[in-house]
Amino acid sequence: MPDVTLTVDGKKITAPAGSLLIEACKSAGIEVPSFCYYPGLSLQGACRMCVVKVEKMPKLQTACTTGVTEGMIVSTDSDEVRQARKAMVELLLGNHPLDCPVCDAGGECELQDMTFSYGAAESKFAEAKNHRDEQQWSPVVYFDRPRCILCYRCVRVCGEGMDVWALGIQNRAVGSVIAPNQEDHLDCEECGMCIDICPVGALTSGAYRYKTRPWEMNHVGTICTHCGDGCKTTLGVRRSETGMEIVRGDNRDKSGINGDFLCVKGRYAFDFAHHQDRLTQPLIRKNGKLTPSTWEEAFELVGQRFREIRDQSGGSAIGVIGSNRTTNEENYLLSKFARVVLKTNNVDHHRTADFPALASALHGKPQKTASMRDVLNAPAILVIGNDPTNQHPLLGWQIRTNVRLRRAKLYIINSAPIKLRRQATAFGLLPAGAEAKAVAFLAGDDSLLDALLSGDTTRDAWIALREKIRAEQKLVIVFGSELRGRDIEKLVGFAATLTEAKLICLGDYANSRGASEMGLYPDLLPGYEPVAATKTFQQEWGNLPPEKGLSLPEMVESAKAGKLKALYVVGSNPVSRFGIDPFVLSKSFVVVQDMFLTETANIADVVLPAANAYEKTGTYTNTCGDLQLVKKAGEVSDTKSDFEMIVRIADAIGFDVRGLVPFGGGTHSDMGQTRGAQSGEADRHAVWLEAHNLEPKMTPFDPMAILDEVQRVVAGYDVSRVNLLAGNDQHLEIAESGASLIQPPELIVPANDDLFSSGTLGRYSKTLNSVCENKSAVPEVAAD
Amino acid sequence: MKFSDQFEARFTEMLGHYPTKRSALVPTLLYAQDEVGFMSDEVIAELASRLDLTELEVRNVISYYSMLTTKPRGKYNVQVCTNIACMLRGGEELLEHCKQKLGIGHKGTTQDGLFSLEEVECIGACSWAPAAQVNYDFHENLTNEKMDQVLEDYKKKGTQ
Repeated sequence: MPDVTLTVDGKKITAPAGSLLIEACKSAGIEVPSFCYYPGLSLQGACRMCVVKVEKMPKLQTACTTGVTEGMIVSTDSDEVRQARKAMVELLLGNHPLDCPVCDAGGECELQDMTFSYGAAESKFAEAKNHRDEQQWSPVVYFDRPRCILCYRCVRVCGEGMDVWALGIQNRAVGSVIAPNQEDHLDCEECGMCIDICPVGALTSGAYRYKTRPWEMNHVGTICTHCGDGCKTTLGVRRSETGMEIVRGDNRDKSGINGDFLCVKGRYAFDFAHHQDRLTQPLIRKNGKLTPSTWEEAFELVGQRFREIRDQSGGSAIGVIGSNRTTNEENYLLSKFARVVLKTNNVDHHRTADFPALASALHGKPQKTASMRDVLNAPAILVIGNDPTNQHPLLGWQIRTNVRLRRAKLYIINSAPIKLRRQATAFGLLPAGAEAKAVAFLAGDDSLLDALLSGDTTRDAWIALREKIRAEQKLVIVFGSELRGRDIEKLVGFAATLTEAKLICLGDYANSRGASEMGLYPDLLPGYEPVAATKTFQQEWGNLPPEKGLSLPEMVESAKAGKLKALYVVGSNPVSRFGIDPFVLSKSFVVVQDMFLTETANIADVVLPAANAYEKTGTYTNTCGDLQLVKKAGEVSDTKSDFEMIVRIADAIGFDVRGLVPFGGGTHSDMGQTRGAQSGEADRHAVWLEAHNLEPKMTPFDPMAILDEVQRVVAGYDVSRVNLLAGNDQHLEIAESGASLIQPPELIVPANDDLFSSGTLGRYSKTLNSVCENKSAVPEVAAD
Repeated sequence: MKFSDQFEARFTEMLGHYPTKRSALVPTLLYAQDEVGFMSDEVIAELASRLDLTELEVRNVISYYSMLTTKPRGKYNVQVCTNIACMLRGGEELLEHCKQKLGIGHKGTTQDGLFSLEEVECIGACSWAPAAQVNYDFHENLTNEKMDQVLEDYKKKGTQ
């Protein structure tokens, strides 16, 4: 649409036709105050703070509901407008308690700011304030009625944004009050969006209320450690006796890929970090019992035993299991450590999606994957399998927002009537497990049509659905772990027949994709390079074991047969997850790095207390393939990052850690030029650093040194470092990866976490547990 | 839950009047209240599901309108107007008289469940003030004596 020209405060400005006056003013740098107006939500016109004078219009107009028109003359700062705002603030303060000194929102309250900027110095109200006691609506949501200014933001974000509709407004006029859907409590997704969006302290968080003041915290924007969507969560941290305590998680600056969104886990489930069961001392099994020891003793023992076993029985007698929640740098380092130091390809992790199959199918085919941001803007989206509302809350939010604001078409193919179907243009209900058949049907195999019939989705409905999907342009296809191996290949083939279709593969944990891309596979190295075929890594890492190693179940079998002499588990709990009989591992030397004494740690010979993702720096790759920076926020003394522990173990084995982590000088003087880029590893690295304007890192414990190597060596990861450090997400190109290999589909074990569970972390989050207990205590209500 | 055929006919007709289902909520609520007497949890759940609304949304609307109630009322709901015209002509005294007579206060219900009393805003009968409304019937130019007669008539009607 063409732009219109209008005059605001004597300044000529232009704005796109159809835009709102408040937005036009904002983009021209003119502030119009408001409470109820919130970009992306429906217009309310409730607070009357944004009133402005528009010439030739009677009375003052609300800038948030007035569209711009050609030649409009607006005044936002006349005496009349100023007086109106002053009166508005005075009325709002009429019944608002002056408990700012103890209110959670004190210091970051919009009413405080508005009163400061636009309010009157005095109040004409002499009446007693109408006090009501604070109410608890759920373990995480509290409501303080007198503080509420009735802006309706919470009602709208809960309904329109979350599609939960748990908040409403009752009574009218001065008696109006925000009400929860179950009379005195909430039955909802507990996302806390209402708290985040509340301009005042009317809605407060059970996890944070009355704990500290906003200005007493440092705020660290990092990436959530729960699901695979990669939301930015800002952690408020405060010094404590044992380091830095995380006091609050929220969405402070809305700068992440999640924009306004954060779910219950990203907002509240940081408290596992301070659980009383957190390990803070290395444990060594002595006389059958795990006994506290010193770090030196533990590293010495691990180093010595790993060396003995490697030298006596060969690398194939050692297994390594990595994590879905450690950083890319740690995963890369572990993958390298296993191959280079332990001389084994027995590397695996808990697989939750078939990323290697996607890499294989897209090898050499660029621009075929979508980022999390793409989902917000795509004209059409197809979701096959999974339940994004529960398993990928941000993805669900992106889809809902896109459908609501941009009228995207949503197609859903699922074996359950998932909640997201309420936004769908068309929904195809499948019999359980028929997702692969649906893909074949989409690709043109009509013989499978009968196998798709379920519920009231008829043959004609399926055919109509397929026709609609085939006609879509720029379709984003999102698929869950129901599709694996050759089925993914088939889907990619189908996508290639559409116009500019892109794909997203859904994995379950924060860095599942990263674990996959960093080569935690028995037959794949970082960047999906097959072990047997790789030249890059032979050159970079030196001689590598040529044969493919054992997968996780094969390691267990090997241990049963007495062949696996050692198992090194980093941030994973395979004993519980895969139901491994603990006695199988009783003859092996088991080393576990974890935060808690998990089922796996319980049977270990050495347990090393690990830091979690909120306590270290590095990068995460979300399920879409968006690379983001993880920043250290909290700290618990006497724990170490997995990164440092791997390096220390390599050192204890007697390995020169320079061969593991590129750090320190040595090539400063010639920058590799005299000896050429191909002459040796250190030189090649130095040349790359120089070309990228980066300094060599000074310690082997600096994960950034491995990030340098990852960016240099792993195909697709050479993205802008400045952007990364600035906290921006960058979509990686999977097409540049190695050829990859099709994996046995049965090795994928979905985590099946919902909104309120998160693997081992969830078990140690008091907030998540209290929400779950609360849910089971309240009788189930028939709603989605 | 089951409503009368008359309700169903009105409901079906009402749906056709609006572009979206939810718009039919307010008249439907009134019909349902006339039939059931008040907005019971059962009625709320039924109407919410019929109109694709959450129960909360239905409750929000009910709480907005003073004519809708979630508590059972007497068989005859006596609504005495005390707005300006009626007040000037003795509306407040009339209300006070009704309170004494029925032995209940504003929004109260007599023990026999026959009457409830309400002080209401203007009912649009200013020309014949003071006025009162019993259910949907108007009684105008009232005095205490006339009011007694009105109540007596309803009592007879109600106990027959």
